[in-house]
Amino acid sequence: MTFIYKSAAEMANALASKEISAVDLANEHFDRIESVDTDVHAFLYLDKEGALEQAKNVDAKRAAGEKLSPLAGVPLALKDVMAQRGIPTTCGSKILEGWRPPYDATVVTRLKDAGIVILGKTNMDEFAMGSSTENSAYGPTHNPWDLTRIPGGSGGGSSASLAAFEAPLAIGTDTGGSIRQPAAVTGTVGVKPTYGAVSRYGLVAFSSSLDQAGPCARTVLDAAMLHEVIAGHDKKDSSSINAPVPQVVAAAKKLDVKGMKIGVVKELGGEGFQKGVSERFNEALEELVKAGAEIVEVSCPNFEYALAAYYLIAPSEASSNLARFDSMRYGLRVGDDGSRGAEEVMSLTRQAGFGKEVKRRIILGTYALSSGYYDAYYGSAQRVRTLIMRDYEAAFAKADVLVSPTAPTTAFKIGEKANDPVAMYLNDIATIPVNMAGIGGMSLPCGLAPEDNLPVGFQIMSPAMKDDLMYQVGGTLEAALNSKWGSTLMSQAPALGAK
Amino acid sequence: MAAISRDEVAHLARLARIEMSSEELDHLASELDQILHAVDRVQEAAKDNVPPTSHPLPLKNVTRPDVVVASLSPQDALSGAPASDEQRFKVPQILGDAE
Repeated sequence: MTFIYKSAAEMANALASKEISAVDLANEHFDRIESVDTDVHAFLYLDKEGALEQAKNVDAKRAAGEKLSPLAGVPLALKDVMAQRGIPTTCGSKILEGWRPPYDATVVTRLKDAGIVILGKTNMDEFAMGSSTENSAYGPTHNPWDLTRIPGGSGGGSSASLAAFEAPLAIGTDTGGSIRQPAAVTGTVGVKPTYGAVSRYGLVAFSSSLDQAGPCARTVLDAAMLHEVIAGHDKKDSSSINAPVPQVVAAAKKLDVKGMKIGVVKELGGEGFQKGVSERFNEALEELVKAGAEIVEVSCPNFEYALAAYYLIAPSEASSNLARFDSMRYGLRVGDDGSRGAEEVMSLTRQAGFGKEVKRRIILGTYALSSGYYDAYYGSAQRVRTLIMRDYEAAFAKADVLVSPTAPTTAFKIGEKANDPVAMYLNDIATIPVNMAGIGGMSLPCGLAPEDNLPVGFQIMSPAMKDDLMYQVGGTLEAALNSKWGSTLMSQAPALGAK
Repeated sequence: MAAISRDEVAHLARLARIEMSSEELDHLASELDQILHAVDRVQEAAKDNVPPTSHPLPLKNVTRPDVVVASLSPQDALSGAPASDEQRFKVPQILGDAE
């Protein structure tokens, strides 16, 4: 009997009751990866040796009767944007090909301390810039629901690994939706915690005022369990919140929303959203009403400017952050034949090492920050950011959490939007406001769109520092939908592998 | 009217230290023009009486006692270096003209 189709919580129970060892569980997942990842391409690197060593240690400690962390021995897929000591970390870019970090990100340290077994590194859009994982220098990842379609981005490798049952848990990072949009289009769960809840130390920076790491899983409870492992104050990140982590596991188990007010954001729906996405979203709202919640409509008029402001703020911060890839201390170096100076080598290296989208955003950010344009572009975008935060403040005065569809459409075809950056950017229209305000956001599956039989994501947004509220609502909705369907959505995912 | 010219893109590429071919510059100038038209609307909403927000958290400087703690060994720090020499990063010539 195989354990790969179980939830992380169920795997944890099976490990605790010694139905299976951590080593066998890791090997079952490596077997699965071997049989399906040629088609899915979720992973860029597999660390079989490190994973089995960690699993062996967990088994030995359990045999010795040591007290273990709840997820000890459960496998996980790590987005390739996180530094892991000695393990190739590319960020989906040629400029970091072959780089092995000399240290662990804080998230990685916490995963290791909890006994979690890191199987390998997952594919992503280069430096997390994209919504389809097509911008990876190492080729696209395919959506397990339909291999001709995108798995979302930038964390498409992490979400696809979950939907393909290659791992029960994954780590993602979310700057404008890179955890939630991939979760939506693969029928999985993805959470962007409050900004500052999870340390950014060792996370390769894209846009530092927006970047946030978070848990990816197949169930709300699994995401909550992983959230509690990785969240919490870190002295190595000066923007890390020094306050207790909300009790998200308890919240995910509450299964009760009686008396809660749920705000539907008027501007994040309707026109521009696929019909089946809106239908499934509205059906999910009915389930919340049946569970005793009250639905209120809220308006956030400045959200229509969020996308434009994001595509100024994020590239501006990126143009500064990515200046570190200068070929001097690590990574690629091109053209150093003794005849060229450092600046020329730097320029040739960055030409060869960065892909199209990364160059586009660095140039855009350089422009938005340059004198003469700063006030009109970066300055205006920062003022819009204030307006978005005010919209949320007003909305949260009327509702405990806010909801919307996570993405305007289901997964599109690989290649469909590759040559139209503006159309690609529209995927993130419902997820970006959350990052701009630094609040929490979750996506969970709410069914398949009738027109294409592909997963639809339901987004829940909670006020900063109240991440427990989205887990409470998400856990309740998930239970209601599973009981309506008679099974989980993932149980309908196509079988992969053996042809 | 184009929001950004090809010459401007070439100048930005120099500032960003990214060498670009003639084709890359042509392509990028037209794409950036489209993107700038799409993001231009931030100026409609951003009134002068709205203060800018640079960060979601009220950040303050974080300090710690000046105590020596474990750090990377020279060997670890140099482990990813494209070139090194006697515990130093070896880089191409940075001053004056290259040979």
